[in-house]
Amino acid sequence: MIKLGVPSKGRLMEKTFEWFAQAGITLKRTGSEREYAGAVEGVEGVNLVLLSAGEIPRELAAGRIHLGVTGSDLVRDKLADWQNSVTEQALMGFGHADLIIAVPMCWPDVDTIEDLDAAASAFRAEHGFRLRIATKYHRLVREFLRDQGVADYQLVDSQGATEGTVANLTAEAIADITSSGETLRANHLKILSDGLIHKSQATLFASKTADWAGCDAAKADLSERLKIAL
Amino acid sequence: MDGTFDAKATARLTGARFLAAFAELGAQAIEADILQPAEVLLDLYGEDIRARAFVTHDPLRGEMMLRPDFTVPVVQEHMAGGAEPARYCYMGEVFRAQEHAGPREAEFFQVGYEVFDRVNTLDADAEVFALFHSLLAPLGLRAAVGDIGLLLAAIDGLDTTDKRKAALKRHIWHPKRFRALLDRFAGRSAVPASRQALLAALDSDAPLTQAPMIGLRSQSEIAKRLTALQEDAATAPLSPNDVAGLETLFAIADKAPKSLETLQELALTMPAIAGRVAMLETRFNALDAKGIDLGGLDFEATYGRTTLEYYDGFVFGFYDASDAGLPPVASGGRYDALTRVLGQGREIPAVGGVIRPALVAQLEAKA
Repeated sequence: MIKLGVPSKGRLMEKTFEWFAQAGITLKRTGSEREYAGAVEGVEGVNLVLLSAGEIPRELAAGRIHLGVTGSDLVRDKLADWQNSVTEQALMGFGHADLIIAVPMCWPDVDTIEDLDAAASAFRAEHGFRLRIATKYHRLVREFLRDQGVADYQLVDSQGATEGTVANLTAEAIADITSSGETLRANHLKILSDGLIHKSQATLFASKTADWAGCDAAKADLSERLKIAL
Repeated sequence: MDGTFDAKATARLTGARFLAAFAELGAQAIEADILQPAEVLLDLYGEDIRARAFVTHDPLRGEMMLRPDFTVPVVQEHMAGGAEPARYCYMGEVFRAQEHAGPREAEFFQVGYEVFDRVNTLDADAEVFALFHSLLAPLGLRAAVGDIGLLLAAIDGLDTTDKRKAALKRHIWHPKRFRALLDRFAGRSAVPASRQALLAALDSDAPLTQAPMIGLRSQSEIAKRLTALQEDAATAPLSPNDVAGLETLFAIADKAPKSLETLQELALTMPAIAGRVAMLETRFNALDAKGIDLGGLDFEATYGRTTLEYYDGFVFGFYDASDAGLPPVASGGRYDALTRVLGQGREIPAVGGVIRPALVAQLEAKA
């Protein structure tokens, strides 16, 4: 049996169901509205597992599911050496979001990473601690800033309402996902012009560590229907 | 190799051998806690160390870190009341989380030797290097040395503002950003459109933003940087000679005698480095007097540039030439600036190094 992990609620789940439906595969939730059980119709040998999108990368890497739908940002952030444990099978064309770095609009002197780095240097000298960037995407942000050679910053963890951290004085800048930029603007933040860390979208991933033995027929069927190469 | 269990026991025995050798020379053996306060280390090393450290929580002491190296606790112990001059040795595990699969271990032994000596700094450099050289001689390793102080001196000698020099020195350990800054200061890269627009707006006294002030960074800090940007825009680019000299210096990588010759020649047109070059010669002479074949020693001007930021003078490493993927078998250098930061006003010139006994044991087993 191929285990297919899909986000358990919201737009991401609905869009995923639609994407599979276009290939003639029906995914649906079964049981009561609150029960996380699902069924697959239109293809043999595939089990639906409903999971939080944030847990799907870990389940793929552990090999507990064979296929999983989640944001490309989450896989890159949560898995070390993600290419070693999963492969990208299909970019699904929805769930678009950019992971970006944003700073207060009231900083006219900061528009680029170079500016941020210079501001961080002066900030540390003035305040005695490193400029704080609030984020939940620690790995992606750190790798980006390391690659860019930015110094004198620190990441502070923020699992939600990240855009509010600057006004609340718990961070000086943020790194977060945005699609329309509206929440950023409402919180008086602007995106650095070269501060795009990752363009994310919903992606179908396959696990390299799952046991695929006995899945050949379902694998071939899925590959053909979804036009992927499992 | 007989599995991790035996390998670790062998590494400990091998390390004990080096520790005994250090102690025999009069170094005082010291211990450092495995759990170190995270804040000090994070403040010193920044996010790089957080990515590589195991951070944990202590109910009474707050955020703690599994010892990522010995240098900081050793300096702290010395600052807390060590006699001068002092020589210390130590051995124990250090912990480095690895973000990528590969041969690097997350937990390994280090055995180290550190010298705190205010007077004979060049002798101390030579002493540490020669000691490691002789202890590791049977393994036939490649030895490389450098001098971060040479790079810092060259930057200090540039004909430009102190702010530009400080910016370059701050990024000496980040080659990509350093290159970008050098290109900017040399006028070789275009000023970003947003910067040009900002400078034009500053000239015309147009309002820069209507946005409300939020956050900790104050109006006066912003004003200060705006002034700095205007000053920088009015600063003449670095001369092509200055840039060429810097690039020649950074590219030097040869055997020690040849490198020294190149440096001496370069110092004729770059007087700022003459003092450091003379020091390097004194160091080399001291090594020669200790019987080290300089012809077999690599000098790389940018050596140590991509390792931890605390080295600011003489640096060295010993490598197994047959396996480029392995970390250095031993490495070390001078870290005077670190003692200044940790000493809060006090400082003591310090130099030292560590050996990875597990790598030594592997090489000995192969021989």
